[in-house]
Amino acid sequence: MKDRFISGYNDFVLPFVIGMSFILIYLVIGIIRVIIQLPAADRKKFFLSLINPKLWVINLKDIICDVLLHTKIWKRKPLLGYMHSSIAFGWFMLIVLGHIETWLFVPDRLSTFYYPVFFRFFVMETDHTLKGSFFFFLMDFFLLVVLSGVFLAMFKRIRSMMFGMRRTTRNQIPDRLAMYCLWAIFPVRLLAESFTAGIAGGSFLTRPMYWLFSNFLTNTYHILPTWWAYSTLLGTFFVLLPFTRYMHIPTEAFLIVLRNAGIKVSHPRKGYSIAQIYSCSNCGMCIDACPMMGQKKNLRFATVYFNRLLRRRNWARCEESADKCLMCGKCVAVCPVGVDSCNIKRSLRGLRAAPAPADYSYFTSYSLPEGVENSQEKVLYYAGCMTQLTPVISKAVAAVLDHAGVDWSFMDRDGGICCGRPLILAGRDERAQEMIRRNTELIRQSGATTLLLSCPICYKVFRENYDLKGIRIVHYTEYFDELVRLGRITLRNSGEKIVYHDPCELGRGCKVYRQPRRVLSAAGELVEAEKHHDESICCGGSLGSLTLSYEDRKDITLKALDNLMYASPERIVTACPLCLKTFSPYSPRKVSDFAEVVAQNMN
Amino acid sequence: MIDFGYGISPSSAINLDKFDRTRFEELAREEPDVLKCMACGSCAASCPTAGHSDMNLRRVILLLGRGREDEVLRMVSHCMLCGKCLIVCPRGINTRHLILSVTKIYQKK
Repeated sequence: MKDRFISGYNDFVLPFVIGMSFILIYLVIGIIRVIIQLPAADRKKFFLSLINPKLWVINLKDIICDVLLHTKIWKRKPLLGYMHSSIAFGWFMLIVLGHIETWLFVPDRLSTFYYPVFFRFFVMETDHTLKGSFFFFLMDFFLLVVLSGVFLAMFKRIRSMMFGMRRTTRNQIPDRLAMYCLWAIFPVRLLAESFTAGIAGGSFLTRPMYWLFSNFLTNTYHILPTWWAYSTLLGTFFVLLPFTRYMHIPTEAFLIVLRNAGIKVSHPRKGYSIAQIYSCSNCGMCIDACPMMGQKKNLRFATVYFNRLLRRRNWARCEESADKCLMCGKCVAVCPVGVDSCNIKRSLRGLRAAPAPADYSYFTSYSLPEGVENSQEKVLYYAGCMTQLTPVISKAVAAVLDHAGVDWSFMDRDGGICCGRPLILAGRDERAQEMIRRNTELIRQSGATTLLLSCPICYKVFRENYDLKGIRIVHYTEYFDELVRLGRITLRNSGEKIVYHDPCELGRGCKVYRQPRRVLSAAGELVEAEKHHDESICCGGSLGSLTLSYEDRKDITLKALDNLMYASPERIVTACPLCLKTFSPYSPRKVSDFAEVVAQNMN
Repeated sequence: MIDFGYGISPSSAINLDKFDRTRFEELAREEPDVLKCMACGSCAASCPTAGHSDMNLRRVILLLGRGREDEVLRMVSHCMLCGKCLIVCPRGINTRHLILSVTKIYQKK
C-alpha cells in the first residue's frame, strides 16, 4: 500500500475541505457562545466537570450509548434503533478505520485532514497484504451497515408505521436537502470506491462492483467524477448542517457533557437551552408520545415543532405551544436525546409572562391547627389544595394512619397555602418563593420529622424546591408500602382486578413506580395498562397546561381511560387527587384513590 | 321624581354607560370563557385563600363587567394559581388562564 500521487492532493477534495472548515468554525463559535451565555455558577460547574475523571467515564459511556449506539431507541423500537445506530456507528467506524489505515500505511499523510476520508483515491495497492484485506473487509462491512441504515431511512419516509411510528416529522426544505445529501453520500462513496478498487484494492462489496462495471463501463473515466460527487455531497451536507435537523450529530455529545455537569435550563434560548434545541434530531418520537396528539389540530404543538420554532426565534408561536403543553413529561421520557423540553417551555413561560405584582401578605394569617404546634408528633400530613377537593382521600389516609397507630397530625385541616408547584409550572418561580417560605416556616414550627403528602404535584415541589433538611418528605404510596412491609398494616387480597394509573408527577416526575404496585398487588389482582410506567398517559387534568380547553382535556381523559381499560380491570386506581377528579366523571369503571383501596382492604 | 310607592334602590343601580368597557371587551376577545360565567360561586367557595384574603373569582368577573379595575387587580394579586377553581367550575372555564389574562390586560396603563 503506497501513495499514488506525490502531492497527495487533488482538486476534488476542495468542496469537502470547505464544508468541513465551515462546520468546524461554526461549532467552535457555537460552543464558546453557549459557555459564555451560561450563568456564572453553571459555567463553574461545567469547567469543574471537565477535570473530574469520574464524569469523564460517565460522559464517554453516555456518548457511546446515546450518540453512537442509540441504546434508548433500541430498547423501545429495535428496528428504528438499528436504523439510527447503523448510520451513526457505521459512519463513525468508517471515519475511524480511514484514520487507522492512513496511520498504518501512509503515516506522513495523517496531518492532512481530508486524506483519511478519501484514502482509497490516494493510495494504490502494492501486493495483497493480509493487513490490507483485513481493513478492506472492515471498511466494506461498515459501508454495507451504513447502506442498510440509509435504505431503512428511505423506507421510513414511505411507511413509518413499519418502524412503530404512527407519525413522523414534517421536514422543511433545508432538512430535505440535507436528508437527500445524506442518503446519496454512501451509495456514491460505494461507487467511487468501486471504480478505484482496481487500483486501491477492495473487498467483498467493492471488488465485485469493480468487475461488474468493467464489463460495460470504463472504470478509469468514472473515477474522478464520482470522487468529485462524493466530496461535493459531503461538503454540501456540512454547509447545510447548522440549518437542519442534522445539527444534532455534532451537538449531542456537547449536550451530554453539559447535562452530566449538572446544568439546568435557566433561559429558553440561551446557554444550555441552545445545546438542547440544537440536539433535537427531529426524529418525531415525541409526536406519538404527546397525549394532545389525539386531535389532529394539536399536531403543531408537538415538542419537535416547538424546538424548531425556538431555533428560529418564532416567539409568538413558541409561546402558544409552551402555554398549551400539559408538562406531563412524556416527550422528555421518550426522547432519545433527552431534550428537557418541559423545563425549556417553563422558562419560556416565565420569560414571556406579563409582570404581575403579587400580594401574599395575607399568608401570615395561616397557621397550624390547634394542638399541632409544639407537639411531639412525628408525622405531619399536608393534603394540599387538590386533596382538599377530594376529601375521600384525606379521610382514607387518616383511617390508614390511625389503624397503623402512627403518631400524626393534619397540617392543613383548616385550609392551607398552596405548595407553589402550580405557579412554578406556569413559569412564575419568584412568586412561588413566597409560598415556599411560609410553608417551610409552618412545617418547621410543627417540629415534625416526616412530611407526608398525598398529592404528587406537592410531592415534587417539596422534594425539589423546598429546603427541609432533617425532615423526611414522603408520598403516601411510599409510606404505606413501608407500613405494609413493617407489618404495621396487613392487607387482605380482595381478588379484584385493579389497574394502576401512574400520575405524571409521581411517575415520570419523581420516579415512584414500584411502591404503589407492590401495595396494590397485595390488595387485589394488579394488571397493567397498555402504556404504563414511563409511558403512562396524562389524565388530561394537568395543571401544567395554561390554555388547553375543557373539550381538549376531555379528549385526553377519554384516551387515557381507553389505555387503562386495556386489560379490562374492575377498578382503576390512581395516586393523585387531580387524576381521580379528572377520571371520575368519564370512567366506565369505578375510579378509586390508592389510599381508599388500602383503607378498604386493611385487616 | 314621581313616587310610585316603590323604586330602584340607588345603591345597586348600575349605569353601564359610566364604565369604560374597552378592556373588558379586549379580555372577552382573548378569553371568551369569561362570558360563560354564571356566577355560581363554586370558584370562590373552593378557593384556598377564602377567609384569608378578599380574592373571589366570582366577584372578579362581576366587577370586571362593571369596570372596577383597581379592585380586581388587588384581588387577583392574591391568587396562588392553584387551579382548584378550574376543576370545580361547572362551566368548564379555564379560570387559571383567565386570571393570567386579567393581570396581563389590566396591568397595561
